[in-house]
Amino acid sequence: MAEAQNSPAPAGSTTTGAIAVAAESGVATRNSAAPSYDVGDFPVPHGREEEWRFTPLERLRGLHDGSAVADGGVRTEVTAPAGVTQETVGRDDPRVGRAGVPADRVAAQAYSAFEKASVITVPKETVLGEPIRIAVHGQGGVAYAHQVIELGAFAEAVVVLDHTGEAVIAGNVDFLVGDGAKLTVVSVQDWDEKAVHVAQHNARLGRDASFKSVVVTFGGDVVRLQPRVEYAGPGGDAQLFGLYFTDEGQHQEHRLFVDHNTPHCKSNVAYKGALQGDDAHAVWIGDVLIRAAAEGTDTYEMNRNLVLTDGARVDSVPNLEIETGEIAGAGHASATGRFDDEQLFYLMARGIPEVEARRLVVRGFFAELVQQIGLPDVEERLLAKIETELEASV
Amino acid sequence: MATLEINDLHVTVDAEGGPREILKGVDLTVKQGETHAIMGPNGSGKSTLAYSLAGHPKYTVTGGTVTLDGEDVLAMTVDERARAGVFLAMQYPVEVPGVSVSNFLRTSATAIRGEAPKLRTWVKEVKETMENLQIDPAFAERNVNEGFSGGEKKRHEILQLELLKPHIAILDETDSGLDVDALRIVSEGVNRVRETGTVGTLLITHYTRILRYIKPDFVHVFAQGRIAESGGAELADKLENEGYEAYVKGGVTA
Repeated sequence: MAEAQNSPAPAGSTTTGAIAVAAESGVATRNSAAPSYDVGDFPVPHGREEEWRFTPLERLRGLHDGSAVADGGVRTEVTAPAGVTQETVGRDDPRVGRAGVPADRVAAQAYSAFEKASVITVPKETVLGEPIRIAVHGQGGVAYAHQVIELGAFAEAVVVLDHTGEAVIAGNVDFLVGDGAKLTVVSVQDWDEKAVHVAQHNARLGRDASFKSVVVTFGGDVVRLQPRVEYAGPGGDAQLFGLYFTDEGQHQEHRLFVDHNTPHCKSNVAYKGALQGDDAHAVWIGDVLIRAAAEGTDTYEMNRNLVLTDGARVDSVPNLEIETGEIAGAGHASATGRFDDEQLFYLMARGIPEVEARRLVVRGFFAELVQQIGLPDVEERLLAKIETELEASV
Repeated sequence: MATLEINDLHVTVDAEGGPREILKGVDLTVKQGETHAIMGPNGSGKSTLAYSLAGHPKYTVTGGTVTLDGEDVLAMTVDERARAGVFLAMQYPVEVPGVSVSNFLRTSATAIRGEAPKLRTWVKEVKETMENLQIDPAFAERNVNEGFSGGEKKRHEILQLELLKPHIAILDETDSGLDVDALRIVSEGVNRVRETGTVGTLLITHYTRILRYIKPDFVHVFAQGRIAESGGAELADKLENEGYEAYVKGGVTA
């Protein structure tokens, strides 16, 4: 296991990564405690643990140490087309927690603290023409949430998880994707500036299932998301895309884990972020584990960052761990580039005004991922958001 | 008729131990249709002149004036200068991640022309100009200057020159680092623009080689931050034979 660089550089970026060929997994075991549903199995983090070393614990508003008490200040509205079932269930419902186990203290805290879970079901062979929209609007409160989205065999659905407002929220979102089913999830973190959002997304893919996740993060004080994928049968295909725009003072952390535990599955990870302003901090951790049993795996992960101003910081750490040589392909890439005064001069020397020059660079940078969203209203909102952020900075 | 007038231009650059004066009183007038070669040894201030005219923030104008048809160029921002018709082909074009050549060219043309070029004619225009410069069509989808060879960068600069049709074109050592074939292709591009008669050209170079392809009307020798001598094309021949020694060793005043 290579250690990622963690120097306290005030500006710029660190980009480091590792490909390890190991008999025993470090990716799966390097966290301070094994995954567990019980918050009591995790000590309160002090900040030096592998899974917490980039996160400003003092800004988590007590989500990590048990001092944040739920007060229900979050409103959730679900809009779903006909054929979709919505239920509110108790903790003992068998569907709850089946897609994955909480991997860190806050996810376990959320799992231990939520009262009722929301379960949305798309019956087998149902193909939805309209997306399911889940609007989570913070009203200044603290909340622990659990959301389950289940697709029966050969069902097809698009789900938009839209987070706005002010909240301190920790949650787990489970995606149970049935055999041959296709699920696209777009999770938008468009929080107001003081919000704290820590969540684990667990996807469990059935045989020949397809899962596409598009994470779009621009708001909040601290956003820390952990999209995780595992495969329940061969032929699963996971595509994990992400876009983030990290502004002055914001901490945005995306920690991915794809657990190739089953033969002949695919994964493709592509995350891109732009940063501007003092103390803008983006963290991207891309863990991919190809277990000994997972012959025929095909995986690629990529992270790119565009640093628009001084004072921003990126930590980008891809980790690819391979326990079998019988794979179709495996690779990773990480790069961080700067948009600097010389680039600005070059574009302006061709008649392009400053604001437009920045817009051009950022839009171009995000273009390939924006196209992956596939929902015009979300795409337009994202582009408008980027414009606003850029104009505010000039 | 576009005229660029430079009067007694003084420019400093920030250096260790305070600002250092690079341009020490440059006088030059470039009219539409004319080609002026500015030649000089390394460090004489040629490139500083080019970047100062385009408005690079690294350089501070401490005295003198620059006008384009009477308008104060020094009061304009970088993009305003470009829109007023000043074009700088850079010696070291900058990589711009995330921006494709085709997007860049169209955005730039839109800014310079004041309206978006009609898509159909624009595509044709770009295609033909790229063919003339022997630029691979696949270039259009690459990011600006990213991974370009030295010759590709220079051809890309001249592609912009041809498409943007400036009133004043400043070519900063466009010939440097080019092999003979690339030099010929680039020079032909410059000549196509010159032949329109609508551009005044300021050709900055260290070598006389490019002047075999692009015939100047005037040759100026730049030394120690000002123009040390001016003449016709024959002055280039003299430099070819004698080099810059007479100007570097000093004592020569204009």
